[in-house]
Amino acid sequence: MFWSTLLMSFREIRRNTLRSILTTLGVIIGVAAVIAMVTLGQGATARITSDIASLGKNLLFVFPGSARRTTTVTSAPPLRVDDARAVLEEVAGVANVAAAAGRSALVVYGNKNWRTGITGTTNNYFEVREWGIATGRRFTDSELLTGAPVCILGATPRRELFGNQDPLGAQVRAGNVSFEVIGVLTEKGRSTFGDDQDDFVAIPLATFHRRVAGNTDVGVMYVSASESTETSNVQRGVEALMRQRRGIPEDGEGDVIVRDTKEISDLASKATGVLTALLGAIASVSLLVGGIGIMNIMLVSVTERTREIGLRLAIGARASEVLLQFLVEATVLSTLGGVLGIALGLGGSYLAAHALKLPFVFIPQIVVVAFVFSGMVGIAFGYFPARKAAKLNPIDALRYE
Amino acid sequence: MSSAPLIELINVTKIYGKGDAEVRALDGLHLTIPEGQFLAVMGASGSGKSTCMNMLGCLDVPTSGDHLFRGVEVGRLSMEQRALLRRNYLGFVFQGFNLLARTNARENVELPLIYRGVRAKDRRARAIEALGMVGLAGRETHAPNELSGGQQQRVAIARAMVTNPAVLLADEPTGNLDSQRSDEIMRLLVRLNAERGITIIMVTHDAHMASFAQRIVQFKDGRLLSDEMNARPA
Ligand SMILES: Nc1ncnc2c1ncn2[C@@H]1O[C@H](COP(=O)(O)OP(=O)(O)OP(=O)(O)O)[C@@H](O)[C@H]1O
Ligand SMILES: [Mg+2]
Repeated sequence: MFWSTLLMSFREIRRNTLRSILTTLGVIIGVAAVIAMVTLGQGATARITSDIASLGKNLLFVFPGSARRTTTVTSAPPLRVDDARAVLEEVAGVANVAAAAGRSALVVYGNKNWRTGITGTTNNYFEVREWGIATGRRFTDSELLTGAPVCILGATPRRELFGNQDPLGAQVRAGNVSFEVIGVLTEKGRSTFGDDQDDFVAIPLATFHRRVAGNTDVGVMYVSASESTETSNVQRGVEALMRQRRGIPEDGEGDVIVRDTKEISDLASKATGVLTALLGAIASVSLLVGGIGIMNIMLVSVTERTREIGLRLAIGARASEVLLQFLVEATVLSTLGGVLGIALGLGGSYLAAHALKLPFVFIPQIVVVAFVFSGMVGIAFGYFPARKAAKLNPIDALRYE
Repeated sequence: MSSAPLIELINVTKIYGKGDAEVRALDGLHLTIPEGQFLAVMGASGSGKSTCMNMLGCLDVPTSGDHLFRGVEVGRLSMEQRALLRRNYLGFVFQGFNLLARTNARENVELPLIYRGVRAKDRRARAIEALGMVGLAGRETHAPNELSGGQQQRVAIARAMVTNPAVLLADEPTGNLDSQRSDEIMRLLVRLNAERGITIIMVTHDAHMASFAQRIVQFKDGRLLSDEMNARPA
């Protein structure tokens, strides 16, 4: 009986193909919207998380400034080269520290020039920030110690200045200093916030101090915590040490900011999570509206098919069987809508993810949920029209014009 | 003919409406129908023929009095039980044919078999056989709008008899048809009655149609005015 009812409903749906599609359009759009929103939301979260991870693992940023907004960064004294060694030696759980200072400069090679950032740092920098060397080599110890005029290019200045040429051994100029290119970094691409991470030139910190800046200030320290430590412990340790080194009392206002990348990534994924949930909720409203659409058409269909229902009842259909028939019809309709919506939603978000350069994250759970939910929409909104059909009096129904 | 009554209506009254608007559609009706009879019901418009047919078809129950089907008191059955009674023992032919639109002849005929739980393969075979019996072999795949009125009514008859019912109820089955088509339908009913022993109860306004039956009853104001055996059915 159930099978024939199912077959009957398929036949009924096929008999009115256009109307069936229009009926389910609401559910199709609703389901597609939910799928697309959640899939793209997850894609965005995955993208942000991986971007922040690309900054380096278990990484903390240390730079001068007050957590209070009233104090400007520049009013706090800069960090010193010794600070890096002190942090590495005295704070528990620190695996590596890199000190860096930077400024913007016009870099010239032959008749080409490119405005970029010059970063003075040490080899530790490549480790904590997880930069690989694409060609060439890192700095040697003597280069670092003596402040030799050598540089390692990021992928962007390399492309802008050299195109297809081999940059190794070439001399580039920044200001009145000439640097020999000894290496090129691997490419990381754009960050979540849209800036080009590859757009800089690295030189030894001593070279930067002596030949570019003319002082020995350090702008930022990158501290990587060892795998097994909580970054928050390291954060507190660095804060305490810097306070001590800079002669600020226990209860005084600190003038060094320590930022945890994990903190940033947690915050970002929480924000995108909230956004995904919100968009998903809005999309489910359209699914609800789709359900009402099904109810609407089913009610029309019951009225339209009054004589048919009368006939079925007269030849021996039980009220419960008529109820089942209309319920199955509504459920099959909305489930079909659900399947089409899932296909549309996945296809659409695949294309959208491609266009937005987001990873396409396939989430099986949401597909199952959308499928089950669309079926439930059919049952919930099909019940009222189905009951109306089942309650018809066969004599009146047969006479209905 | 067998004399054990198949259907008995004993002092049946059917009242529609209440108070001043009360209509006594049936008013103390007595009617006994033996198994295998071909009965024609006649009478003026509003005399209660259709009301009586609805009752005999177990679609309606008396306000008072008893309706016995094979000794079972139908008025005491639940809606579901009456649905099963219709499913298993009765066949209906309506004046308006009432075929499902956009559904071909064979599928229309199969409909009551679906509710009887007959398997698809058997359904198909029996529907094709029934259509052959009413002279519509080769028209199985035609939709109602591709058939003439007479052919549509024959599909409806095939649908009513495909289950081999004990009783076939027909309320003005030829009402919409010209006399030649009507005669065809009548001969078909006579054949079903003779060959299969199906009890047939038919409402008609036309004395010529009634002349095909074995017994003719006349209604007036919800009662029997006359009840005659037809000595020589056409
Ligand atoms: N559902 C109903 N509600 C109220 N009155 C009804 C209802 N059905 C029938 N009647 C009344 O009962 C009486 C008998 O009606 P019925 O349909 O049985 O007549 P009939 O003999 O079949 O007439 P016709 O030859 O025109 O078909 C009529 O007066 C009719 O108005
Ligand atoms: Mg009538």
